[in-house]
Amino acid sequence: MKLNALLLEKKTEIIEKWFDAIVACYPPDTAQFLKNKKDRFTNPMGATILQGIENIFDKLLPDNDCSDIAPFLDNIIRIRAVQDFTPSQAVAFIFLLKKVIREELRQEIQENKLYEELLAFELKIDNLALSTFDIYMKCREKLYEIKANEVKNMTFRLLQQANLICEIPGYRPDVKDDDNIKK
Amino acid sequence: MAKDQTPKADELFSTIDYKAPEKSWMDTPVEFKPGTFCHGSRPKYLELLHMPYPKEWKPGEEDWKLPENWKEIFLDGMAERLKKYRSFKLFMDICVRCGACADKCHFYIGGGDPKNMPVLRAELLRSVYRKYFTTSGKLFGKTAGARELTVDVLRELWYYAYQCTECRRCSVFCPYGIDTAEVTIIARELLNLLGLNTDWIAGPVSNCYMKGNHLGLEPHTFKSSIEFFLSDIEDITGIKIEPTFNRKGAEILFVTPSGDVFADPGTYTAMGYLMLFHELGLDYTWSTYASEGGNFGFFTSNETAKRLHYKIYAEAKRLGVKWILGGECGHMWRLIHQYLNTWHGPADFLEVPKSPITDTAFENARSTKMVHVAEFTADLIRNGKLKLDPGRNDDIKLTWHDSCNTSRGMGILEEPRYVAKSVCNHFYEMPENTIKEYTFCCGSGTGLNAGENMELRMRGGFPRANAVKFVRDVHGVNTLGNICAIDRAALTASMDYWVPGIRVAGLHELVANALVMKGEKERTVNMRNEPLPGKEAKE
Amino acid sequence: MRALTPFVMVIALVLLAFAGIKTANLHFLFGVVIPYAALGTFIIGVVYRVLNWGSSPVPFRIPTTCGQEKSLPWIKQNKIDNPSSSLGVIMRMAFEVLLFRSLFRNMKTELKSGKVVYGSEKWLWVAGLAFHWSFLIILIRHFRCFIENVPFVFKTIEGLDSFLQIGVPLFYITEATSGVLMRYFYKVHIVGVKILTMGLISFNPDPKILNEIGTIFYVHLFLISVLLAYFPFSKLMHMGGVFLSPTRNLANNNRMERHTNPWDYPVEVHTYEEYENDFRDKMKKAGIPVEKE
Ligand code: SF4
Ligand code: SF4
Repeated sequence: MKLNALLLEKKTEIIEKWFDAIVACYPPDTAQFLKNKKDRFTNPMGATILQGIENIFDKLLPDNDCSDIAPFLDNIIRIRAVQDFTPSQAVAFIFLLKKVIREELRQEIQENKLYEELLAFELKIDNLALSTFDIYMKCREKLYEIKANEVKNMTFRLLQQANLICEIPGYRPDVKDDDNIKK
Repeated sequence: MAKDQTPKADELFSTIDYKAPEKSWMDTPVEFKPGTFCHGSRPKYLELLHMPYPKEWKPGEEDWKLPENWKEIFLDGMAERLKKYRSFKLFMDICVRCGACADKCHFYIGGGDPKNMPVLRAELLRSVYRKYFTTSGKLFGKTAGARELTVDVLRELWYYAYQCTECRRCSVFCPYGIDTAEVTIIARELLNLLGLNTDWIAGPVSNCYMKGNHLGLEPHTFKSSIEFFLSDIEDITGIKIEPTFNRKGAEILFVTPSGDVFADPGTYTAMGYLMLFHELGLDYTWSTYASEGGNFGFFTSNETAKRLHYKIYAEAKRLGVKWILGGECGHMWRLIHQYLNTWHGPADFLEVPKSPITDTAFENARSTKMVHVAEFTADLIRNGKLKLDPGRNDDIKLTWHDSCNTSRGMGILEEPRYVAKSVCNHFYEMPENTIKEYTFCCGSGTGLNAGENMELRMRGGFPRANAVKFVRDVHGVNTLGNICAIDRAALTASMDYWVPGIRVAGLHELVANALVMKGEKERTVNMRNEPLPGKEAKE
Repeated sequence: MRALTPFVMVIALVLLAFAGIKTANLHFLFGVVIPYAALGTFIIGVVYRVLNWGSSPVPFRIPTTCGQEKSLPWIKQNKIDNPSSSLGVIMRMAFEVLLFRSLFRNMKTELKSGKVVYGSEKWLWVAGLAFHWSFLIILIRHFRCFIENVPFVFKTIEGLDSFLQIGVPLFYITEATSGVLMRYFYKVHIVGVKILTMGLISFNPDPKILNEIGTIFYVHLFLISVLLAYFPFSKLMHMGGVFLSPTRNLANNNRMERHTNPWDYPVEVHTYEEYENDFRDKMKKAGIPVEKE
């Protein structure tokens, strides 16, 4: 209860710090860009992340119901799922919130003995983290589905013409995607 | 001690290095990340084209099987191109690193890799230029922004040359008109001197060279592919169409990207052409020899592009047509508009294009003698020559994607809009800084529309998708229209990932839906065989 | 560190000039030889670079089009951003050079209370404009040193300039500072300066005047000389480059007038004949007309 009020009061600072921590995962130039360009069309990534975490934060508040939080998580994870991150890095942003809150509210929590509430709140974050994995996996699956669909779209007409199957240029079933990467 | 009881979150996962290191770009070696690059070209394609150094190679591997004197080849190639292209020479020299272009590239915006900032992308090659072609670079090396050409640098050049779709968006913002696409084009040429193409580009190029189109459809297959549409059209409209192929003496030769002949949803656009031309009674022919308007050769080298596009004029001459009509395609039109006539002109065996239906002479195409089908159709509608029922598209809430090449390398913006608005009642523009000359790339142009680099394509497609999402949320837009064959395939994928539920349609698919044809049966379904609005109940 | 380097260099240059005049009495060197040498380097350098760029041909006409092309008569063409005539190109270049049109494109949209609002992120543009215009104005006001009777226009510009000088960036600040110092504080012998510069441009410098001018003027002159000499080798040279940029200085009339490529050469092609030879039987079977039965 008390923590809820406290979080609300410090919302702006927390969101800002959380956002900063997330964009710090990107190279410095990019972090600058993500932070400073406020336009949602010139900087869709920054805008999506900022809007996403604001919504997530609101839903997460101890007093609120977070059952419909998935779309907001999805917006952010969808971006990170196609960037140069490992799966754990891609979803790590959610844990950064814990760190930010502890740093921001350390004193108040100590003074008011809010550890119980904090623990409960962090449990909520942990649960959320689990669903981020699910979403991440869905995004990755979607990518594979899209790849398959593309091949299907391209071959469908030809397959329709029964005996006219021909080789798809550039499509190399003999080479796996990760074959390209040096081990 | 009591004070610091709470463990810090980053201690909990200290193994995860989530903070990006601060290093200058020169000290950050390239790392080939999965999902961002294409397979290497297979030797058979290069052999067929007589291109240098065919080999089996994998870009992600250390050994690229480079020829002994690769450095010399590369630098000689650079010297030659500095002499041949003022653009290249100038763009190597005059960048002031003002940063105006830096955040304009869709790959940077959606991916965040600084080397995808156009200024840095060009700097990768510029640093080599300084080292070997400028005095300051020779003398002061790194302080003057110069660096040695090494295998690692070569790999980096390759990696980022194939992460640029040559969309020219950066060029719009540069105060000196520096076009990073030009730099990429040259970089790819240089890499091709060493046999370092991608398979997705080299394959279509060799197909197109030998068989007339990227897909390698042989003449009979090309013909039967189109004939296959005819039965679909007959089912939908009740009208039998009989197009001709390689017919001498036709008035018009029609050339379009072959992608539309076989890949959904481009096929619906191809059906649209067939229906429109039939309805007009146009005296035109398809060609199986010049069965490709697109040109993956342009993503290889200028010479290769020229070799492929030779067929268009040659075939027009052989068939004795009066002028050429070109279908919807992005890079095809940049090339026809800005290159074809220079490569293979003057086309004085052709006449200034004149619409046989409206008698409009296309003065703007008086030298190249090729008209864009959107110009052609816009003229028809303007002169009231088409009977249209836009109500058939009432289930469509349309927004318009301007393709990079036709926007920034030609400027065909209003014609397709005019046509689209004539055949669709619901039309909504995306935000101003994402359309027309500011348009965002689909993310898969210049031969990057392969499967293995899907992550890259999705990153690149994000800024565009983000704007689509906006109009979807605000206006309920459900269809993304365009005049590009690659868009039709690439945006379908990108929408599927970012904004599921948005469908991608070519302009002439929309025209085909709305076109009221003489003697047609009552239409109940659209080109995709889905019930028309108001006809759902009838089944 | 990097930002400091130019600063240190400027200080060094100032000291060099001071030492040259105060201790070594090299008035002739700093007042006559160096300015001439600098001017020479400047002119030769600029001409060389422009010719050098110009020596590479423009094989293809590749303007970046930023608006509607000229097509059907009832479709409104954007004559400046997508010019199809020389006049349009001149306008486009003028906008580009005088107003930095492309930089101005750094547009930004903002979503304010649910509505899209278009504003411009003008800072880069404003800074660029202020910088280059101040530069130009400074240049123009120096004309008073070169011309016998100062024309009216230049006087007005001088008035303008006094408040515009805020926009002058670092390197020029030094220039300007020495200039301002000279004008308001040290009161150099302005008539003397004029005689010297007039002498310099008429290639007939009067050595007697050299000793009458204050040291600070020599510092100023030296800095300018260095700047001039450095110019052709610097990034500032983009000023010449922008005029040559094929993405900006060409009309988008590609389909109307043929552009020729001076180094065009024939390429290996796959002719129709070869194609038909490859597929004749298949074509015949499919009912596609062929040349040779
Ligand atoms: S906008 Fe032009 S001058 Fe500025 S950094 Fe980019 S390429 Fe260089
Ligand atoms: S041409 Fe397009 S893809 Fe290439 S650097 Fe410029 S903005 Fe990026």
